[in-house]
Amino acid sequence: MILSKAKKKISSGQRLNRDEILALYEDNDLLYLGESARRVKESKTGKKIFYTVNRHINLTNVCKANCPLCAYQCQSGDNRAFTLELDDVEKILQDAAHVKEIHIVSSLHPEKNFSYYVDAVKLVKKILPHVGINAFTPVEIVNFSKISGKSFSQVLRELIAAGVTSLAGGGAEILSDRVREIICPKKCSSSEWLEVMRTAHKLGLKTNASMMYGHIETIEERVDHLIKLRDLQDETDGFQAMMLFPFHPENTQLGKNFNLQRVGSWEDLKMLALSRLVLDNFNHFKAFWIMLTLPIAQLALSFGADDLDGTIGEEKIIHAAGAKSSTGISRETLEKIISECGYQPVERDSFYNSVMENI
Amino acid sequence: MFVRGELEKIESKVLNGKRLSREDGEFLFACNELSWLGTLADYVRKKICGDLVYYNVNCHVNLTNICKARCKFCAFGRDSGDKGAYAMTIDDAIKLVEEASLDPHLSGLHIVSGLHPTWTFENYLAFVEVLHEKFPRLHIKGFTGVEIQHFANISGLSVEEILIKLKAAGLETIAGGGAEILTDRIRNTLCPKKATADQWLDVARTAHKLGIKTNASMLYGHIETLAERVEHLIRLRELQDETGGFQTFICFPFLPKNTALEKKINQTSMWDDLRTIAISRLMLDNFQNIKAYWVMLTVPVAQVALSFGANDIDGTIHRENILHDAGATSPRSLAEDEIIKIIRDAGRVPAAVDSNFNVRRIIK
Repeated sequence: MILSKAKKKISSGQRLNRDEILALYEDNDLLYLGESARRVKESKTGKKIFYTVNRHINLTNVCKANCPLCAYQCQSGDNRAFTLELDDVEKILQDAAHVKEIHIVSSLHPEKNFSYYVDAVKLVKKILPHVGINAFTPVEIVNFSKISGKSFSQVLRELIAAGVTSLAGGGAEILSDRVREIICPKKCSSSEWLEVMRTAHKLGLKTNASMMYGHIETIEERVDHLIKLRDLQDETDGFQAMMLFPFHPENTQLGKNFNLQRVGSWEDLKMLALSRLVLDNFNHFKAFWIMLTLPIAQLALSFGADDLDGTIGEEKIIHAAGAKSSTGISRETLEKIISECGYQPVERDSFYNSVMENI
Repeated sequence: MFVRGELEKIESKVLNGKRLSREDGEFLFACNELSWLGTLADYVRKKICGDLVYYNVNCHVNLTNICKARCKFCAFGRDSGDKGAYAMTIDDAIKLVEEASLDPHLSGLHIVSGLHPTWTFENYLAFVEVLHEKFPRLHIKGFTGVEIQHFANISGLSVEEILIKLKAAGLETIAGGGAEILTDRIRNTLCPKKATADQWLDVARTAHKLGIKTNASMLYGHIETLAERVEHLIRLRELQDETGGFQTFICFPFLPKNTALEKKINQTSMWDDLRTIAISRLMLDNFQNIKAYWVMLTVPVAQVALSFGANDIDGTIHRENILHDAGATSPRSLAEDEIIKIIRDAGRVPAAVDSNFNVRRIIK
């Protein structure tokens, strides 16, 4: 029996293979998966639950990729279109002295050149020299490489020199070219996404990883996606945290074309727990409350997550797709949610070091 | 707080089908082992009721929101003359039910209302008579223990006489609301003008003796202590031992918005909601069904609650009023398709039931 073998492996901490992962998915025992994932979480980060006081900066929503999965992007000239200039960025950061991490992700602007993005990073670094800058997904890095004629490695070196301290984990979607052809045909390929991460890790740049599920992908494709991430992590050990994004179909072409509905909380918790069990070489899993809503994010803490992400100032991308959560949250609320589960809230910096003043 | 030996002791009681004590219940609320609680409750659920999850295609009928009790936890009640105060006529009720009857699967009505200061018992009774006559196919569940006690008070009839008249008019089941927390300390503070704990229990007892099934509920997350929650569960369990007339137990997390307690009390977390459902499943070993009421829990939490001991997800409702006055963020109704999907995604089998839990259709 594959299933009982899988369960034996889980209890002895051995690695799961593809068939075993699929059998666990099929078995659909939510609490078993949750409890097992919680044990794995506690073996790695004990009773700590991390959060960070961060700020999101989305430089622009004007995008040449026009992915069917996205509700955020638009054409220049659209009445929703915006593109921040440096003095806009400066304004956003005026009241950000307490922030520990700046997260910058944006669309692929058809006219802005690479130096626009580099300058934005330099400005953040100048205003907040001690803050972690978690910026740009591999999709953006591939775009920078194309528009500048530079290699991934050169692009990443310039960004590191400008102040980027880690790469964002988005844009992975499902690492299958069949799926990408349908949901984001103009974005980088699976192998490009992985290659950017590999290059970043070799340069000493930590990154996150992600998966966006609940659209047109098969369960096998989800599992293959996780295994690709696990293989690369074996090779480089450069991924810090994994994030799971349930697809929000509202206002997207993909949602319309395939008549998709947001998957339920059951699926969210199941995928979180299962991914935690598969990605045995990842330390951290985020419960991204913006996507999950706060109640489910709280429950995610007993399904393998150890990071509630941040007190995000102003989130635009997911809310464009109809996310129901509020756009910001206070430190008190985050700490209360964590303590209530019997865990210990730890404010972290960009690298999961605890911020001492908070202890 | 956390004592491994204590957990094992309780676990072995549950696995051997032994009853949990008051102390066990209090320990469960203190232990903070949510997924362990869920697993145990899920075990019991599976043993007692298998993999079917019950729902009904129903329509809520709230005859009036004008109420003389004005309990502190309520955002629905109004004084007559207040903005938004309403009282339905019989024609209004017929119109609402006609509209809901456009769904051929509609199987029942759920009628609960305010304690109108000038309506007589006959006024309430007339709604049941007419709706039953006009829509004989629909199962009528109506009135909480609080309303039944109120009818006795205003009519001079006994609770038994009231129930006999309602039954003759077409009422089949009594609703489970109004139990709140069955201790006089809580009721004197929050809802001094309505049925006492003993009166509420006595209405249920009388109904059960007359062969009328009822539901039970608990409103938690306000000023009660965890020990009072356990006390409440034990009082229900004792009555169920005596009569066997309760069908389902419903956990109502208190929604503070627009109530007199809004500024003092924060809404419960899903953590609290799920452990309360799981502990209720474990303590109420003589109840067949535990309901995850999606209106209050929200749909995502209600879905997850299906693995924390719940086997009943309430109904389509048509148009919910009472809790939406208290800021409920869930939709006012769910389509049957949506309910079926919620249940199926949780790996369970949807079964449409009437208000007495007779299975009408199993959705394969």
